[in-house]
Amino acid sequence: MDPVEVVEGDVSVLDRADVDTDQIIPKQFLKRIERTGFGEFLFYDWIRDGEIELEPNPILVAGANFGSGSSREHAVWAIADFGFKAVIAPSFSDIFYANSTKNGLLAVIVPPEHCRGIAAAGRARIDLDDQTVDYEGGVVRFEIEEDVKHRLLGGHDEISITLQDAEAIDAYEAAHPMLGRPTTAI
Amino acid sequence: MTPTTLFDKIWQRHEVADGLIYIDLHLVHEVTSPQAFDGLRLANRKVRRPDRTLATADHNVPTDDTPVARMIRDELSRKQVEKLEANCREFGVPLYSLGSDRRGIVHVIGPELGVTQPGMTIVCGDSHTSTHGAFGALAFGIGTSEVEHVLATQTLVQKRPKTMRINYTGQLPEGVGAKDMILATIGRLGTGGMTGHVVEYAGEAVRALSMEGRMTMCNMTIEGGGRAGMIAPDETTFAYVEGKPGAPTGADWDAAVASWSELRTDEGATFDEEVEIDASSLSPMITWGTTPGMVTEVASVVPDPDSVDGPVEPETAKRALSYMALEPGIPMTEIALDRVFIGSCTNSRIEDLRAAADFVSGRKVADSVRAMVVPGSEQVRKQAEEEGLDRVFRDAGFEWRASGCSMCLGMNPDILIEGERCASTSNRNFEGRQGKGGRTHLVSPQMAAAAAVEGHFVDIRGWKERS
Repeated sequence: MDPVEVVEGDVSVLDRADVDTDQIIPKQFLKRIERTGFGEFLFYDWIRDGEIELEPNPILVAGANFGSGSSREHAVWAIADFGFKAVIAPSFSDIFYANSTKNGLLAVIVPPEHCRGIAAAGRARIDLDDQTVDYEGGVVRFEIEEDVKHRLLGGHDEISITLQDAEAIDAYEAAHPMLGRPTTAI
Repeated sequence: MTPTTLFDKIWQRHEVADGLIYIDLHLVHEVTSPQAFDGLRLANRKVRRPDRTLATADHNVPTDDTPVARMIRDELSRKQVEKLEANCREFGVPLYSLGSDRRGIVHVIGPELGVTQPGMTIVCGDSHTSTHGAFGALAFGIGTSEVEHVLATQTLVQKRPKTMRINYTGQLPEGVGAKDMILATIGRLGTGGMTGHVVEYAGEAVRALSMEGRMTMCNMTIEGGGRAGMIAPDETTFAYVEGKPGAPTGADWDAAVASWSELRTDEGATFDEEVEIDASSLSPMITWGTTPGMVTEVASVVPDPDSVDGPVEPETAKRALSYMALEPGIPMTEIALDRVFIGSCTNSRIEDLRAAADFVSGRKVADSVRAMVVPGSEQVRKQAEEEGLDRVFRDAGFEWRASGCSMCLGMNPDILIEGERCASTSNRNFEGRQGKGGRTHLVSPQMAAAAAVEGHFVDIRGWKERS
């Protein structure tokens, strides 16, 4: 994962609430076994049916509960592959938010009035270290977990970080034997 | 001792380090795992605990009894299932693929094999992993990067979620079940109402539910945005798990039950949020829009977008009604259907099929409707056939299919065609979910069965006696 510190540029607007991952990347594209190349299928039906138009700007602003539904990380891969570096919304589904943080896509939660302000300004600057979004007409601070921020700023691989705790995992396993039968022996 | 919640007890038992929790069971399927296995290969890592991992093929599987993966006609589906088989072979992960009598929807086979147990932490690269919370487990969906993390480390980096308890007082009226309870709950709280929370379902009406009903409720927790749903284990739970292939036996069983019996929320424990719902006031529910929160009672009408009961914005409701081709004010029971689907990880277990069969027995599917039943697993299918349920469905004019995710999500040949309207026992009525341009109404198995017979929705309360 590449480090992220600042995302700055034009804003694309998707003024809808409850945008679910079935819309972000429809199921027929989940059959691919690679991590790349999902961008051209982003919002496939909505874009092809002429319901929405989206420029691949650095920032996408959307409505509340963005990324609801399925856990498919393909939704994050598609958004990033399309060209977005950050999504700003009043709220995100838990799984989509977690998936974003594993891929260096900034998911930034700001109140609806600032979302509208950023959409109207058409341009914004997100500073991860400062935890602020700057736009013409306002500046707003956003919250992010300290360890997630640290990982994004450093572009660190989460598995490598966890494996530094390998001894703790060994100790946990030694102290907590399985109750039932192993899946390999049923 | 400070009183603690069911969630707290499981969370504390699984903390390996601050913010790192141990995963007891990792379920794997073909759609969200290939990139995770690739990641392991690239970093030269192995699967840490294949004996705590279990894989199956479900999303892509045709329900026409295709006997082996290489005979799946759709090329990409075939490649994805074959990739799962190759990955499981290479990394030593046990797998039930096509041809296995233990294959089925991942959230159906975990419980029926007894690998899902109270007190466990369970994850899967699938949002409906919340299903397993019905056993008093902490179970939730994860993305592919997290799948890779769990494969490599058997742990997950997690921030402690908030807690919510929804208490259902009183008893459910006739014709109202677990599906209606959870749909009504999401309708009231909204699709983001549970976001960030682990939700414990409690109260008299929940205690009275079978394991199948509890799984239906926990399954749809994610549709309310909840991280996980859970129900404290009790005698109903233990009776379900006992004797299953993965369950403890002998003295281990007794020790397990003793330990599981402690898994309950203490008197006086506090939640970040508490909700109370009068179960006796609930009615059969039908969704009218394009999220599970857009839902109303069967005796009601298609709502006016400007005065929707529940947290739905007028603009969103208007768009949904336009997609669904519905006019405000039409009685829900006048909505005519083209298709009926009974299946999915929400409602495809033996009790669901028995309940639906009871409604179609001796009746015929309406001429205007194409109806299908898709058992959740090969085990469910076998049991249903032993009980003669397949005959009941076939005689009524239903298609009786092999197991899989089927028409819940349209990744296999079972899909709606543009404009078709379907009564579905699945969990998502999103635009295009069951096929591009398809219109989905979520209902209980009984509501779906009666709708298949009449060709439109009906109020199932007293319907069997009337028709």
